[in-house]
Amino acid sequence: MSDKSKYQVDENGMYGRFGGAFIPEMLQPNIDNLKKVYLDIINSEAFQKEYKSLLKDYVGRPSPLYLAKRLSAKYNTNVYLKREDLNHTGAHKVNNTIGQILIAKHMGKERIIAETGAGQHGVATATACALMGLKCVVYMGEVDIKRQAPNVARMKMLGAEVKAAKSGSKTLKDATNEALRDWICNPEDTFYLIGSVVGPHPYPDMVARLQAIISEEIAWQIKEQTDKEYPDYVIACVGGGSNAAGSFYHFLDDERVKLIAVEASGMGVDSGETAATIAMGDLGVIHGSKTYLMQSDDGQITEPYSISAGLDYPGIGPIHAHLHDTKRASIISATDQEALDSALELTQLEGIIPALESSHALAALGKMKFKPDDAVVITISGRGDKDMETYMNRFGF
Amino acid sequence: MNRIQKLLQEKKKIFSAYYTAGHPQLEDTLPILEALQEAGTDLVEVGMPFSDPLADGPTIQKSSEEALENGMSIKKLFEQIKEMRKTIDMPIVLMGYFNPVFKYGVEAFVAKCKEVGVDGVILPDLPFDEYKDKYQQLFEDANISNIFLITPQTPDERIKLIDANSNGFIYMVSSAAVTGAKSGLSDQQLTYFNRVNNLGLKTPRIIGFGISNKETFTTACQYASGAIVGSAFVKLLAEKGADKTAINDFVKSIKDTSE
Ligand SMILES: Cc1ncc(COP(=O)(O)O)c(C=O)c1O
Repeated sequence: MSDKSKYQVDENGMYGRFGGAFIPEMLQPNIDNLKKVYLDIINSEAFQKEYKSLLKDYVGRPSPLYLAKRLSAKYNTNVYLKREDLNHTGAHKVNNTIGQILIAKHMGKERIIAETGAGQHGVATATACALMGLKCVVYMGEVDIKRQAPNVARMKMLGAEVKAAKSGSKTLKDATNEALRDWICNPEDTFYLIGSVVGPHPYPDMVARLQAIISEEIAWQIKEQTDKEYPDYVIACVGGGSNAAGSFYHFLDDERVKLIAVEASGMGVDSGETAATIAMGDLGVIHGSKTYLMQSDDGQITEPYSISAGLDYPGIGPIHAHLHDTKRASIISATDQEALDSALELTQLEGIIPALESSHALAALGKMKFKPDDAVVITISGRGDKDMETYMNRFGF
Repeated sequence: MNRIQKLLQEKKKIFSAYYTAGHPQLEDTLPILEALQEAGTDLVEVGMPFSDPLADGPTIQKSSEEALENGMSIKKLFEQIKEMRKTIDMPIVLMGYFNPVFKYGVEAFVAKCKEVGVDGVILPDLPFDEYKDKYQQLFEDANISNIFLITPQTPDERIKLIDANSNGFIYMVSSAAVTGAKSGLSDQQLTYFNRVNNLGLKTPRIIGFGISNKETFTTACQYASGAIVGSAFVKLLAEKGADKTAINDFVKSIKDTSE
């Protein structure tokens, strides 16, 4: 695909009117440095060789594209599940952490920092650090540390240091602030490994490129398995938006492919307890990026709510804000209850327990009309093991 | 000439203080300003609290959180300081993060600054290019100085660019760090101050971050036009409240009165 695509980042780090690098001067040299080298590294033969070989032999890619027959029958269409849940560590997050850890190594960095909400990105980062023998510090909100004990233990077992973010709402956004503060104080030896298509440029573009493997595979898998040249729909959930960006990436300029992103609306878009950023947010700057975000009238960033910890980010990646603005993608939302219903449905029809995040993408099936001959690809971003406690409580198992 | 430019032309060893508006109590903003002036402060940065202050250490984070809990907002701040020029002669700089200002509307914000007599603005996360493209004219027309930060990692070329586009002072961040009181200034920091001083800049510098007592203040003044005490002052306010005597003693304990 040409880099001149109108849906891709421009030379100023903008997706249309979104993105950029709204960062204090203290971070400017780090960001400038990364901006200078990331494309050369990603495009280098050495990087590609190592990245692809790790994705294959360590992560277990390509992930299957699976025609879910019973689910398809129910919705009278053809539903293909992109099985990111079968990756090592159980989610798409590892595609990005493996890529960024190699970039960090190319840059000669010795210490990795990351933010995490539910702990999925933290675990994927700690995994990559263990693999490469790099020091790993993961920032996690104090509230989340209490809520996500098994993932905290996983990170520790992998050798990471988990540091509590104790300010603000003590959740993901505060963990991100804390990681940025660490980076300000350690500009020389430290690499900040961001977990989604958020943050200052070049992070959104870098993470999108590292997740693009998802759509690269979908593109050939759909040809291999059907008589179609392209899928009619690609559907993914959005927190920050990395699995969606990766699922859309190679189809951005092929407008025959309809792109659907599903936000988490929690208790409902208008309930005040929601994470539906596009539906409820307005323009602002969060973590160095101009995008839609949830804020008060006074410009204070507010705490989102969703049953799924991976989707309750108060902003959204600038690429998705732009896809929404240009109407290239439709951004819809699913409530807690709709996601839960979809999780149970997939489990009982196909024998796949999805992550709560991914269940939001599945909820699109009940909200849209598909034709009997459509090829509808839904990205299952992760598996449901981490959500068993919620499922147990909500379903009474 | 605005009050900042005048002060920097006339004075060296400028003592500047930072505090967060609406902290420790919502209505403390103006009384603290008056107490600082009475104690002999030359310039004040009034912090506009933000929910996600990513360049700040624990002390200012906490003051921001409490100020927001108290009900502080930009709107409220402008109400509190709308008549400050009846009693306050010092240059006043508002300091905060870009999002609340963007949400308020940058044009409306600058107009309001001019109306109430604010002289300068520091928005650490408003990038230089964005300022130049979209807002420089607006600020200059209103005679409001936009103050940029530089750090030990800022390349010389960029410092010169910032210098060329500044008309108040340059905020020289003393080290690669977030805000917060530290114990001393290292040789490495002094080397950086010297490097910047040898660039022949037109804009005066004031040093901030890690200036917490007489010793660090006096040293900083040897390398710049003055220095800013932030976290140490916020800590005092958190402990003692907006107490006139405590503020007076604090300023006097740091300010260099020898000429
Ligand atoms: C399984 C899973 N899916 C989706 C997400 C949301 O992230 P993104 O929107 O970046 O894909 C997360 C985040 O933790 C996750 O763990």
